[in-house]
Amino acid sequence: MTFQFLDQLKRSLGIMKKDIRIYYLKGPVVISGFLMPLFLFLAFFIGSRNLSIEFLISGLIGMTVFFTATAVSPIIAPWEAQVQTLERLISCPISITTLIFGDMLASFIFGILIAILPIAIGLAMGTHITNPIILILGLLLGGVCFSSFGLILSSPPSNAPSNIMMISSLVRFSLVFISGIFIPLENMPYWGKIIASFSPLTYFTDLTRYTLQGTNYYPVLLDFILLLGFSALFFILAVKLHQRTIYKRL
Amino acid sequence: MDHVVEVQNLTKIYNKLVAVDHINFEVKKGEIFGFLGPNGAGKTTTVRMLTGIIKPIEGHAIILGHDIQKEPLKAKQNIGVVPETSNAYVDLSAWQNMMLMAELYGIPKKEAEARAEDLLRRLSLYQRKNSKVKGFSKGMKQRLILCMALINDPVLVFLDEPTSGLDVQSSRMIREILLEFPKEGKTIFLTTHNMDEASHLCDRVAIINHGKIAAIDRPATLKNTIKKLNSIEISFDSTIKAENLSKIPHIIEIRKEGDKFIISTDDVDDLIHSLTDFAESQKLKIISLNTMAPSLEEVFVKLTGEV
Repeated sequence: MTFQFLDQLKRSLGIMKKDIRIYYLKGPVVISGFLMPLFLFLAFFIGSRNLSIEFLISGLIGMTVFFTATAVSPIIAPWEAQVQTLERLISCPISITTLIFGDMLASFIFGILIAILPIAIGLAMGTHITNPIILILGLLLGGVCFSSFGLILSSPPSNAPSNIMMISSLVRFSLVFISGIFIPLENMPYWGKIIASFSPLTYFTDLTRYTLQGTNYYPVLLDFILLLGFSALFFILAVKLHQRTIYKRL
Repeated sequence: MDHVVEVQNLTKIYNKLVAVDHINFEVKKGEIFGFLGPNGAGKTTTVRMLTGIIKPIEGHAIILGHDIQKEPLKAKQNIGVVPETSNAYVDLSAWQNMMLMAELYGIPKKEAEARAEDLLRRLSLYQRKNSKVKGFSKGMKQRLILCMALINDPVLVFLDEPTSGLDVQSSRMIREILLEFPKEGKTIFLTTHNMDEASHLCDRVAIINHGKIAAIDRPATLKNTIKKLNSIEISFDSTIKAENLSKIPHIIEIRKEGDKFIISTDDVDDLIHSLTDFAESQKLKIISLNTMAPSLEEVFVKLTGEV
């Protein structure tokens, strides 16, 4: 049992390498993963002179990791079904969990690596990281959580990547606006706080704010526990949904 | 284990359309088993169920002793698959595609590299191993897909229309490789439209139509079972009319092709005697006389027309 688990884990690294080579090491992915959040950041930076640079940078980190980790993972399954490589993967001795885990790993690595850019911008603008360990742990957990979330978005059995992208953009942009990135949680009305509590991005942004600004809305431990809970929930849900829908793509 | 594939009551229904209808058959170890049928007969659906790509709604498929539904990973570990609607990753090189497959089959790196080199050389792709598949011709892609299917040195290989639409060189290369498989102890499950290919390569063939198995046997036996399709090709030293031959018994149909007559019969022996008697009585010399067994294609048309 343990051997089979480790063996499948090793095979998921093959999926991860394939994803990185084919989907992630492409200019447009890097650009869209970073530029879109950067433009949103600049828009708010110009319009919100009363918000501190630490608050805005923590929002930029949150958006960048979230947008990058969910940029490609939703389109891998429909794209591979369309170009007829999915059938090849399904005929191999790997489980759906292995396949999804490999996709998640690629997205995770890319999501956390791209965080270097907004962190560098923050440091260049004079912010200080008061608790780098918390930031690194938060990035790792956020990467897993958002990558798994992206894979849930790819589960509808449509083989047209454009359809999945449309649904994906709708969900991703909605989450960005309810997660305390542009409006601090403490300034939100009660109903806004309730809605924000359903978004994993809220807890990730709260953590990054803590590491840059020293202020946080939720206790740090609660942020970690909820991010961990969301990660497990999203990954299990992604596997279950793909187990149900992947055969409909073929 | 005498049978590497055992199929029991395998059934698949798509939107109320019965694609495969309670089929039963076995594939023996070391044989080349052909699976023939017209478009939409259920060939690809069957192969996809046997390789765990889609799930049947009823029945079982035991592959190398493992139920493909209950133990898919064990069943898939020692099989190779060349799906009909499959592709290599065009953004990866041939070598990267091979290594990806090796990783998915859990093959150690050194062993994988040695096998990949051998396979790419055998299928004349080694010189292009570092080129992206994007620039490959259809024949080269299909040869690469075959290499990818063989990276785990499978005991059983499923090939769904492997030579369909390929250039002569690639088709020949693939057929030559296939003929070597039984010597290496491999079993082949081959789906094809090409009757010549099936006739020359396969030890046994199954003919499927409307989701049901119409016949399973050796190609030669199948041809013999359709006796009424036997025919005789004859030519004489002077021109005669087809009507002159029509009174001879045991003739089902006469067709004129150039200076020859192709005569279908239900009794070859009697017809040969009758024809020689006819030639003698008409003072004709027989220039050539050949008996012609039905081709597998004729058997196929006959059987699929009857189901």
